[in-house]
Amino acid sequence: MIEDKDLDIQEETPPPESVIPAEAGTDPTEPASRYPFHNTEWRSEDCKLRNEGLPEEERDWFADARPQPARTSNQIMEKFFNWCRAHSLWILAFGTGCGAIELRPLVTSRYDISRLGMQMRPTPRQASVFVIGGYVSIKTLKRIVRSYEQMQGPKFVVAVCSCAINGGMYWDSYNTIKRIDEYIPVDVYVTGCMPRPEAVMAGFTKLKELIMAGKAEGQNLYAEKFDWYKANQKQVIKDWNMPDYNW
Amino acid sequence: MSLTLRLVWAFISLGVVTVWGLTLTGIVAKIFARVQGRLGPPVWQPFIDIIKNNAKRTAITHGVMFFLGPVFRIAGGIGTYMFIPVLFGNIYFSNFSMSGDLLLVMYFIFFGQLGMALGAGEGGHPYSAIAVARGLAQMTAFEVPFALSVISIAIQYGSLNIIDIVAAQQGGFLTWTLFTNPLAVIAAMIAMLGMNMHNPFSLVIAPNEIPMGPPTEYQANYLGLLATNRGIFNGAKLVLFMNLFFGGATNIPVLMAKTFGIYMFSVFVGAAFPRFRAEDSIRFFLKYPTLIGIVAVVIWTI
Repeated sequence: MIEDKDLDIQEETPPPESVIPAEAGTDPTEPASRYPFHNTEWRSEDCKLRNEGLPEEERDWFADARPQPARTSNQIMEKFFNWCRAHSLWILAFGTGCGAIELRPLVTSRYDISRLGMQMRPTPRQASVFVIGGYVSIKTLKRIVRSYEQMQGPKFVVAVCSCAINGGMYWDSYNTIKRIDEYIPVDVYVTGCMPRPEAVMAGFTKLKELIMAGKAEGQNLYAEKFDWYKANQKQVIKDWNMPDYNW
Repeated sequence: MSLTLRLVWAFISLGVVTVWGLTLTGIVAKIFARVQGRLGPPVWQPFIDIIKNNAKRTAITHGVMFFLGPVFRIAGGIGTYMFIPVLFGNIYFSNFSMSGDLLLVMYFIFFGQLGMALGAGEGGHPYSAIAVARGLAQMTAFEVPFALSVISIAIQYGSLNIIDIVAAQQGGFLTWTLFTNPLAVIAAMIAMLGMNMHNPFSLVIAPNEIPMGPPTEYQANYLGLLATNRGIFNGAKLVLFMNLFFGGATNIPVLMAKTFGIYMFSVFVGAAFPRFRAEDSIRFFLKYPTLIGIVAVVIWTI
């Protein structure tokens, strides 16, 4: 029997532009320009990405364009497409934390997510759901950002475990971020440490509902608030040696 | 029949075989799941996946050849299908079988894979390169018993025209190649295990080893195109084998029953065996099936 407390799932509202990351540790009365996430030196005046983390000779290899919010089709088609997207969720099979261990039982005969049209996909290019499995160290965040940007939209993020929501037991760790939704947009949170596979599946069910209702537009949110997300990422990832946007 | 009308009917039959090929893929996924004690995805899952992939809002390309890879692949699939008569004695479902023979069909089976190899190579992912090398090596190996089998039945029926071969098998199941030339059929059916790329010959996609293989970098519409081709190519291969070895079909229900039966052979083998390594797979094809194929040719030459 699944207890209600195991299925405590929250629907995440997009963070407003004015939210200040707790890590910033700055006085809110200071001028906004002094906050690191208002630092936009990494892009030029016409919003082209400079890719300054890369060696000079490699910059040409990567695109300097920012992601643009995608246009949706007309309403009836979009509803149909959303139904298809919800019934064909391909999960990126990257274990980004200890919570990823709860994903393995989902593909076994006991839970069998394939009956819901879901399957594991080994490459971010083909996946549509990114499951953040627990605590995110800064080293992992770099890979998460890279993989998330390589996924083709519409893409969805499910954050599993307490650590991805508020840092959990790593809340005062020097190398672990606290809220994953300051770095990539999150659609559904599944709380628990660890949440049972049933809770993770309930999270996916919630995600399906959001997709079918047309509310899971994390891709567009990321494109619209690209500066905010990028500044947050650059604030914690000190050794930024990758393109500013990974096409 | 005018050329325009033939084209229209060819594309109608292409639609039929695509739907049937994809449904078969869905049925097979269900069967594999039941063997593993799972419920498995719904039978229509391949269709939903294709629609979802085509409805992706973004897609990236790595260059011209990357773009052309899936196009060559689907051209190979459609090309294979277009020169195979689907229903014997039915003018609407004969496609363009009078314009080309068995050798052209064999060429088209190769063509798509080569195009895909070039496209996947430009993707630049190491898994793609490994899988392409494996795929081409294995394909070369299983083409040997298949070609020997084709040579054997070409000698037997004195023709490379698929319609002639089907016509010679009419009049009861004992006239099927399966009973008149069993060695050629055995060699070809083993070659088909390699073509269908289920276990033990799942080297190319190789889940858990080089996940996805050639299409690792393919996404969105490209992947949709590749998945559609999987339906067409599956259907085309099964219809070809049905025509060559199992007496062809004169109506759609017989076609569905026979192709389903032929496909189930590779599914049963796939569900029961683990995967070969690349060198073992190639050695296997060049050993027993090739020997059986040579015997089949020698018997009919004498």
